[in-house]
Amino acid sequence: MPDDSSQPILRFDDVTLSFGGPPVLNHISFSVLPGETRIIFGAAGSGKTILLKTALGLLRPDTGRVYVFGHDITRMPERDLFDIRSRIGMLFQEGALFDSLTIEENVCYPLLNQKSIRSTPEQARARAEEVLRFVELEHTMDKRPSELSGGMRRRVGIARAVATRPPLVLYDSPTAGLDPITANTIIAVIVKQRDVSNVTTLMVTHRYQDGNLMANYRWDAATGGLRPATNGERARLRTTFMVLREGRLVFEGTQQELEASEDPYVSRFVVRST
Amino acid sequence: MLAVQEFYLLAGAALKNIFRRPFYSDDLFLQMDIIGVGSLPIVIMTGFFSGAVMALQMSRALAQYGQVGRTGMVVSITLVRELGPVLTALLVAGRNSSGMASELGSMVVTEQIDAMRALGTDPIQKLVTPRVVATGVVLPLLTIIADFVGIFGGFIISYFLLNLTPTQYWSSAWRALEWNDVVQGLLKPFVFAFAVSLVGCFYGLKTTGGTQGVGRATTQAVVVASVMIFFLTFFLTKIFVSQAGS
Repeated sequence: MPDDSSQPILRFDDVTLSFGGPPVLNHISFSVLPGETRIIFGAAGSGKTILLKTALGLLRPDTGRVYVFGHDITRMPERDLFDIRSRIGMLFQEGALFDSLTIEENVCYPLLNQKSIRSTPEQARARAEEVLRFVELEHTMDKRPSELSGGMRRRVGIARAVATRPPLVLYDSPTAGLDPITANTIIAVIVKQRDVSNVTTLMVTHRYQDGNLMANYRWDAATGGLRPATNGERARLRTTFMVLREGRLVFEGTQQELEASEDPYVSRFVVRST
Repeated sequence: MLAVQEFYLLAGAALKNIFRRPFYSDDLFLQMDIIGVGSLPIVIMTGFFSGAVMALQMSRALAQYGQVGRTGMVVSITLVRELGPVLTALLVAGRNSSGMASELGSMVVTEQIDAMRALGTDPIQKLVTPRVVATGVVLPLLTIIADFVGIFGGFIISYFLLNLTPTQYWSSAWRALEWNDVVQGLLKPFVFAFAVSLVGCFYGLKTTGGTQGVGRATTQAVVVASVMIFFLTFFLTKIFVSQAGS
C-alpha cells in the first residue's frame, strides 16, 4: 500500500468517538504526510490522548474511518493491527514502562515480541544498547523503572518507542509534570530522533515552548544540541499545529497562523506559555 | 448484563489462547509458583486446623450415638467432598484473585496494558491465559494437600484426645471414600480455579479511576470470586447428589 510522500501516513476521516456521554472525539478529520510534524494542543480532557490511541488502533471510533499507512484500521482485528503497530512508536504519558522488567528488557520488548520483527536476543540487546545510548541512558540497562527519575523514564519510553525504527512516532505529553530543564532535554531527544531518523511525528502537549522548539529548531550533530533552523530547513520541517477543544478540532495551521489566531481558546495556548 | 457478556468474552478469549501461539511458558511457571508454592503454607495451616476442628466437633455429636470410632469417616467425607475444595478455593480467591486484580488494575491505570498492545502483545494471552491455566493446575493439587493434611489433623485429635487407635481412624477414613467423592473433590477445585482466576483478571482489566479504582477492583474481585465459589459448589453438589441417588 502507498507509503510514498504524496500519500498521508495517517488520516482521520470524520472520526467520532464517545464513551456513553458526550463525544470525546467529535467529527475529527485531518491528514498527516510522511516527514511532517504535528503538534496537538488542547486543555485537559479535550481528547488529545484519545486521538493518539485511536491512531494506534487501541480505541475504535463509533463513526468515521482511520487510515494508517494507507490501511483502514477502523474495524481491523486486533491480531492484524499488530503488524501496523510495529511501524508506529508510541510514548505514553508517564512512559508506561513495565515495572516488573529491567530497562533493557523494556527496550527489548518490542524487538522480541513484534511478530513482524522478532529479533534474536543478541540483536535485541545490541539495538537496546544503541537506542539507550541515543537517549544517553545506556548505563541504566540493568536498573528497574522505579529506580529512575520521571525524566529518565520518559527518555527510556522514547528509546522503547523508537527501538523498532518506526516511520511514525506518537508522543503523548512527553514533558507533562517535568521541570523546564528536563522538559527541554526531552524535546531535544524528540527533535534529535525526528531529524536523525527522518520520522513523521505527532506530539500532544500543552506547552507552547515544546511546539516552538519542534517547529524552529534542528538537531546539530556537531554540537550535540539544538540549533535554530534556517528558513529553508523550517519549510522542510513542515510543522502543523492543531488545537482540540472538547473533542473538536478547532484549529489546524502553521505557527504563524496559530499566533495570529483571534480565537480566545486557541490564543490561550500561545499567550500562556510565551 | 454488559459485564456478564464481557466476562464470558474474556473467558472465551483466555481459553482459546491456550491452543494459540505464542505460549508464554515462563509466565505460566511463574504464576504456578506464585499461586501454588506461595499458597502452600496457608493451605496447610488451614487444612490442618479444619480437620482438627471437624474431629473435635463431630466427636461430640457421634458420642451421643456411641460412634466416636467413625470420626475418621466424617472428617474425610466432609473434607474431600466439600470443605477441602471450598476452603482452598476461598484462600486462593483471597490471596490470588486480589493479587491478579490489583496487579492487572495497576497495569491498566499506568497504561502498561495499552503499551503491551501497542508493542505487539495480546494482554489476554500474555497475562490472563497463564493465570487461568496455572490456577487450573495448582488448585486441584493444593486441594489434595489440604484434604490430606486436614485428615491428618483429624487423626491427631482422634489419637491424642479421643483415644482412637491409628488403625481405627485411618481405616474408617479410607473406607468412607468412594470414587464419586474423589471425582467430586477434584472436579470442584478445577471449576473453582477458572472462576477465581477469571474473576481476578476480569476486575483487574476493567479497572478505572486511578489507585482508588485498583482498590475497588481488588475488593470486588475477592467478593465476587467468593460468592461464585459458594454458588458453584451448590450446583456441583446438587449434580453429584442427583447422580449418586439415581
